[in-house]
Amino acid sequence: MSPEASVPPEKAVPPEKAVPTEKTRDEKKPLLSARDLVQEFVAREAGGARGGVVQAVSGVSFDIMPGETLGIVGETGSGKSTLARAVLQAPRPKSGSVVFRGQELTRLHGHALLAARRDMQFVWQDPFGSLDPKWRVRSIIEEPLTAHSVGTRDSRRKRAEELLDLVGLDPARYAKRHPRELSGGQAQRVAIARAVALEPSLLICDEAVSSLDVLIQAQVLNLFERLRRELSLSYLFIAHDLALVKQVSDRVAVMYLGKFCEVGPGESVYKRPLHPYTRALLDSIPSTEPGAVRATATLRGEPPSPVNPPSGCRFRTRCPRAADRCAQEVPQPRELASGHVVACHFPLTEPDSAESGSEKVKTKTS
Amino acid sequence: MNPVISNGSALLEVEDLRVAFASGGREIRAVDGVSYTVEAGSTLAIIGESGSGKTVGCRAIMGLLPEGAAISGSARLRGTELIGLSDTQLRKHRGSDMAMVFQDPARSLNPTMRAGKQITEAIRTHRKVSRGDARDQAIELLRLVRIPAPERRFHEYPHQLSGGMRQRVVIAMALACRPKLLIADEATTALDVTTQAQIMELLLELQRDLDMALIFISHDLGLAASYADEVVVMYAGKIVEQAPAKRLFGTGGTVKMRYTRALLDAIPHLERPAHTDLPVVAGRPPDPSMLPVGCSFAPRCRSAADDCTAKAPALTEHAPGHRWACWHPCENGGPV
Repeated sequence: MSPEASVPPEKAVPPEKAVPTEKTRDEKKPLLSARDLVQEFVAREAGGARGGVVQAVSGVSFDIMPGETLGIVGETGSGKSTLARAVLQAPRPKSGSVVFRGQELTRLHGHALLAARRDMQFVWQDPFGSLDPKWRVRSIIEEPLTAHSVGTRDSRRKRAEELLDLVGLDPARYAKRHPRELSGGQAQRVAIARAVALEPSLLICDEAVSSLDVLIQAQVLNLFERLRRELSLSYLFIAHDLALVKQVSDRVAVMYLGKFCEVGPGESVYKRPLHPYTRALLDSIPSTEPGAVRATATLRGEPPSPVNPPSGCRFRTRCPRAADRCAQEVPQPRELASGHVVACHFPLTEPDSAESGSEKVKTKTS
Repeated sequence: MNPVISNGSALLEVEDLRVAFASGGREIRAVDGVSYTVEAGSTLAIIGESGSGKTVGCRAIMGLLPEGAAISGSARLRGTELIGLSDTQLRKHRGSDMAMVFQDPARSLNPTMRAGKQITEAIRTHRKVSRGDARDQAIELLRLVRIPAPERRFHEYPHQLSGGMRQRVVIAMALACRPKLLIADEATTALDVTTQAQIMELLLELQRDLDMALIFISHDLGLAASYADEVVVMYAGKIVEQAPAKRLFGTGGTVKMRYTRALLDAIPHLERPAHTDLPVVAGRPPDPSMLPVGCSFAPRCRSAADDCTAKAPALTEHAPGHRWACWHPCENGGPV
């Protein structure tokens, strides 16, 4: 699509200094732009019989600007991980478009796709699951450099040590270890070092700190923050923990059953949530204020099956504000405040939000 | 089953509980002299990082540790000493007087057995009831843990249930004999925040309705603040601070031990502006086979002085109901 596409990847990203200049040039253009992403899977019933279509992601669009962090929160099964994988083209989305640094990824194949992905790295939840247990830490971090033939053997070795240092692990102590000789937090740091080895412009983190103890989690979050500042990284940060997502994100998207129900600047979404689902999620967070959660009744029931999502608004079966219109009409995203978009027929306005927060409005539960 | 009430109204009294494992010729002190009491019908939260000994201590009380574990000290449930009982004797208490729920419901359930059958089995292990009665009781239990359409769910396999539903089934099994003490070990950690709130509220409702004491083990101080009456914070096998939740958290909370403070500060919360660094403590908990002479937290503590490395501070009740083990506690519960 763009002239950069034809440039061999090794030369497209010269080390160190060339990266920022390229980023300044792209300042106003989104780094990643997803439009109407749809991902569906065929559900199999006993014996392999076709059992309907799981609508995992249903028409999701978003942009990530250079240096920006977009957080995505949602419950299990909301499709947030599927969305991340659709961005990576692993597997490819059923329809929709993903433009990354000016290239349409959904049309790229083979080496061209691999080259494009080089700039888009990911960190998954389980660090041990993503590190080869037989390899030493140094080889694990060198691997992406070797795979993309970056530098010489010696320079790669040196780079691996720099990266270990960057993530706060002493190369002298850790370079020769195997993953099993690391704690969970250390293993996650190794996974991060490997992810940033090729100086990507986008890091996709899917529950990357969820399994860590709170003190280690804080260390890794600070590391993400430092990498953002030092390498001007962009993040797509996925987690179910709202406070965690708020901590790292410029903008936050709330996902429910395969759709974004609310997107906006972090502060705005948390202080003035417009969607009843966001409100319910916020009310469920245990707070360090004693008894804070007990006063408010939280969301009843569980998300319906994505095989047969409710008509109209997908949240209506659990929504305290649902009316007839919600079953008939799919709510379209509307910008109600600056950059703050909500897909709801009856969004929470200031006076109502307190009322619905305490769940006095008792209407329907499925 | 006729317990001799030794002293007071405490349901569970744990005194100087120690658990050690031998590993490669070294002694690993997983639990190192822990004492606390749980009043009937109250909620105690035991908070700590992985490896702090919070789970091992509770498993020792339940008699669920492997044979190699050296357990000493005392744990009395309604006056009956549990430590040192044979497995057969313990089995009488486990399930009927006390029960435990674990983190991963999928691993507590048999995947090849219908949910209802697993509950009736739990009932019939402890009580002589007919199959039909056990079935009725099981459906009643499913209703008790707020599972919609219990008659239908009774016949479903674990894989047909969501994570939250599975945890409810596990709780129903644990409640089969109406225990007086329920220990929930990270029972909501694997669940979504909305489901977590539902399960925690369910546990508290059941606790009130059944007059049951609840110990919940968690790494999440937020959970402790929201749901517990009493909070115990563990570090490297020891209790480092214990107080009523109301005293520790919230406006005017007075956290004293610096480790508790560090845990509290490291939690991302909604009021903190984005992209700010979280206050962290460097390093990791000590190797349990090589515990330092002084305070175990001293190597990571910014306020550590010479006396901290020389001698371990004892857990002492410095204020009514508030125990802490620190030579240089936080003033006014302030930051580290």
